[in-house]
Order: sequence, then C-alpha cells, then structure tokens
Amino acid sequence: MQLFLPIADVPVNVFLILAMGAAVGFVSGMFGIGGGFLMTPLLIFVGITPAVAVASVASHIAASSFSGAISYWRRRAIDPALALVLLSGGIVGTALGVWTFTYLRTLGQLDLLIALSYVVLLTAVGGLMFWEGLRAIMRVRRGVAVPMRRSGAHGWIHGLPLKMRFKRSKIYLSVIPIVVVGLIIGFIGAVMGIGGGFILIPIMIYLLRVPTSTVIGTSMVLTLVTMVFATMLHAVTNHLVDAVLALILMVGGVTGAQFGARAGQRIRGEHLRLLLGLLILAVGIRFAIELVIKPDDLFTIREIGGAE
Amino acid sequence: MIARAVLAAGLALAFSAATAPARAERLIVSVSNHRVTVTPNYSGEELVLFGSVEKDASTPSTRISYDLVVTVSGPRADMVTRRKERKFGIWVNTDYREFLKVPTYLALFSNRPFDDIASPEVARRQQLGLNNVLLTQRVGPDYADVVPNDAFRSAFVRLRSEHGLYREATSAVTFLTPTLFRTGIPLPAEVPIGTYDVEIKLFSEGALVTHTETAFEIVKVGFEQFVATSARQNGFTYGLATAFMALMTGWMASIVFRKD
Repeated sequence: MQLFLPIADVPVNVFLILAMGAAVGFVSGMFGIGGGFLMTPLLIFVGITPAVAVASVASHIAASSFSGAISYWRRRAIDPALALVLLSGGIVGTALGVWTFTYLRTLGQLDLLIALSYVVLLTAVGGLMFWEGLRAIMRVRRGVAVPMRRSGAHGWIHGLPLKMRFKRSKIYLSVIPIVVVGLIIGFIGAVMGIGGGFILIPIMIYLLRVPTSTVIGTSMVLTLVTMVFATMLHAVTNHLVDAVLALILMVGGVTGAQFGARAGQRIRGEHLRLLLGLLILAVGIRFAIELVIKPDDLFTIREIGGAE
Repeated sequence: MIARAVLAAGLALAFSAATAPARAERLIVSVSNHRVTVTPNYSGEELVLFGSVEKDASTPSTRISYDLVVTVSGPRADMVTRRKERKFGIWVNTDYREFLKVPTYLALFSNRPFDDIASPEVARRQQLGLNNVLLTQRVGPDYADVVPNDAFRSAFVRLRSEHGLYREATSAVTFLTPTLFRTGIPLPAEVPIGTYDVEIKLFSEGALVTHTETAFEIVKVGFEQFVATSARQNGFTYGLATAFMALMTGWMASIVFRKD
C-alpha cells in the first residue's frame, strides 16, 4: 500500500516502513537501546533525506523511550536527581545540536556531517563493544571468573568539586561530569537522530559508576526528554518532522520491542554485546563505504525556500 | 470579453492586409481538467490538452501545414544544485549554483523535432526545447543563463527529468486533422502544487504565427496536505502535537504490553 509522506515528500510503502519499525524495535527491545542509530540509517537507505530522517526519528525514539521509562518508573529503577542533572546538560546540548543542524543545512554540508558522525561514532563504539564481548566470551571459555568492575578505586572524576549525593543510585559524585555527559549526548542525539543510549549507558556504568539497577531507567529519562525537545525544535526551526512517518515507525517500533525483549532474555549477556557490537559496526562501515565510493550522481538539487 | 475578442478580431482583419499575414490564425485550446486534486494515493495522472487552429479569410491559401509547441511550466522556486568532489578520500559537496525562480515542473511538447520547426535563432528566442528554456542562475553578482552544456545546468535538467518533472517530447503533439490537435500532459506523483501555465505556440514555415495561453491548477487535498501545511505554518503547534502523539503511543504500548 503506497502512502505519500507529507514532509519527506516521497511515496513509500506503508508495510515496508512498518516492517522496518518492527525490526528495529525488535533489536532495540533485545538490547535495551532506543534503536535510533539503526532507524535513521535505514530511512536514509530507502530514500528519505537524512534531514527528514533525523528529525522524524527523534519523535519515534521519544515514543519508545516513554513506554520504557514508564515500566522502569513502576519498578523504581529511575534516579530522579541524577536524571535532572543529566537533563540540565541534555537540554542545552539538544538546543546546540539543532542549531548546528540548521546551520549546516544552509551550507549544504548536513548530509556529510550526518554520514561522518555515523562512521566515526558507530565504528568506534561498535568496534569496542565487539572486542569487549569477544574477550568476555574467551574469558568464560577459559573458566576465568569475570571481576565485577566496581572497585573502590576513585578516578580523576571523583576528585572534581560540586559533589552531590544521589540517593537512589547510592553514589556521591560531582555534577560537572554528569552535566557534560548530558550535553554531549543531547548534542549528538539532535544532530544524528539517535537517542544515544548505546553511548550513554557504557559511559554511566564505566565512567560515572552508576549502578546497573538505575542506569537504564535513568538514561531513558534523558533520552525521552531530549528527544521530545529535539522533536519540538526540529518542527519549529526546520519544519522537517514527518508526523505520518513517525507514527508508522512508532507503531512498528513499540510492537517489535516487546518481542525483542523476550528474545533478549534468552541470550547470554556477552553474546548480546558481541552481536550488538557487530550490528553497530556494520552500520558504521556501510556509511563509510557510501562516503568513499564514487556516488552514482555527483549532483544534487534542493529547493531553497522559494515560492510555493 | 466577447466584445473585446470581436474587436480584436476585427482589428486583426483590418490590419491584415497592411501588415504581415501573421495574425490570420487563431488558436482555441482547452485542457481536460482545470483543477487537478492530488489525493494521498495519487500516483500520477495525465491531462489532455486539445485545440484547433481557426483559419479565416486572410489565411494564405499556400499555408497548409502547421507546427505546434506546447510549454507547461509549474510554480517557480529557487533551487540550488551542488556538485560532489573527492576530498581527503571522501565525496564532499563543494561547488554549487543557485537557480532563481525556475519552474518546478517544465514540459515541452511538439509535433516534430524543434530543429525542424524553426531555425536555431528562432528556437532560442522562443525558448523551444529544454536546451533553450531560460534558467536563470546567480553567477557571482550577476543573474544570467549559461550555455546549455554547462555542467550545472545540464545536471539540473537531468535530475529534474529523472523525476519526470522536466520533460520534452517532440512527438507528443498529434494533429488529428490538419487543424485539430491534442497532446497529453503527464503529471508524476511528485508533482508540485500550484498554478501551471500552458503556452501554445503555432509555427508555420519556421516562423511564429500566433500563440495563446491557458492554465490549470494542482491542489493537494486530504490529511497529508493538512499535515504539510500545518508543519510549515504552525511549527510550534505541529511539534507539540507530534511530541504528544509520541508520548501517547509510548503510553499505550506500556499499557497494552504490561507484564506485571
């Protein structure tokens, strides 16, 4: 069934988009991530312009993270104080991100920036995850007990001023690194159309030493608020949010996520990380190839405002 | 209106003896639909333009064959064409040209190749063919069209043609009788909305005899159009509604799939 997307300005097959939403939802449910880093590239690969893809996926992620955040809230797995501090950075980062997005769009370099950031971020994070998962599996094979990385050793981060006590997470930490992390994630999210969970969660666990009991729920709150904010800003400044596209993605996404979550419980943690690492790496490499090989067409046309 | 037409015809008749007999014909045309509505499942349509050449007493009896060129131009907009170049091993947008107030849709139809209809000089002046249509570019501080084989111009025409938005067909106009003609105007799925001007030029023996104009309008209706309009005009409300929709979908999902 063909449907005309009002903002993307292209006819698409509803079932294709629905299936893409469900597939990404499945993967995101399985790994406990938002899935924006898969959804945005997929939309770009089926012919939706990167700008519309990024802006529309923001609202899709808002939907999936909201349903996640509700269930974590019920289980009291969200640290409200930590979420607030992260958000103070996240909101500023998102605003900066949308501003950069708009500016680069007028220069005609937005698509390049999106592609480049995908290559850099995804190959780096994917490679690290893959390597980490591989080592963990080898360790298990050799029968070495995996040490839980919560030693009392305090890094430089714990020497920073402006310390604050986060009761539910049971940590005592400076607000500076938290705000900075929120800022970076907000910025990246707005520019790339991702929630940023797959970067945020490792940072929170390894760098900020947030316990695993509150880490996913709290990161989902940050994702939710920054993505709602990004949706608003993209709609107001660039008029690029395609609500019809977003709705189809949301419906597919939230359904797929439920089945993904069940599948995820049956796979071992280190295998899960290995798989996720491979997936992220593959998307990154796909973008890299796109940049390096000669495009079919060296020319592109874009309408600039103009008469309606 | 009628009175003026009669007067014009009368004047034309009166002067026809003195001036060149170039106003001896009149074109009467109509399109099959003056208002095309694009619905969400619109996948392209074809309008039909038909008309006839009305001769009168002053038409030279030697003039037996006519040539016809139909130009359909959609609403105008500014567009930018960018070219990628290899830099540091990757393909990057570098150079660009701005095309100012160019038609978003452009179609040129005739009954035989433009070269056969008129001399290159006339073809250029009358803008016959995509190579001769005026596409104004901003070149530094100046505004000008460039030679047809300019890289940016030809890329622009080629890309628009690939989407079916620019086209020329030199056998699209058919003469049903020596004076009765018709042509189809294909409108692809991505057709821009707005007013479309249709100009019909009648040639004989390489010279323009007469021309006339008509127009049609393309409007989009339905939910999609409502969404597109509100996104552009009420960005804030639209964003709010989209964000609200996202939250509702998320909330519904958490109820439907609640496990505990």
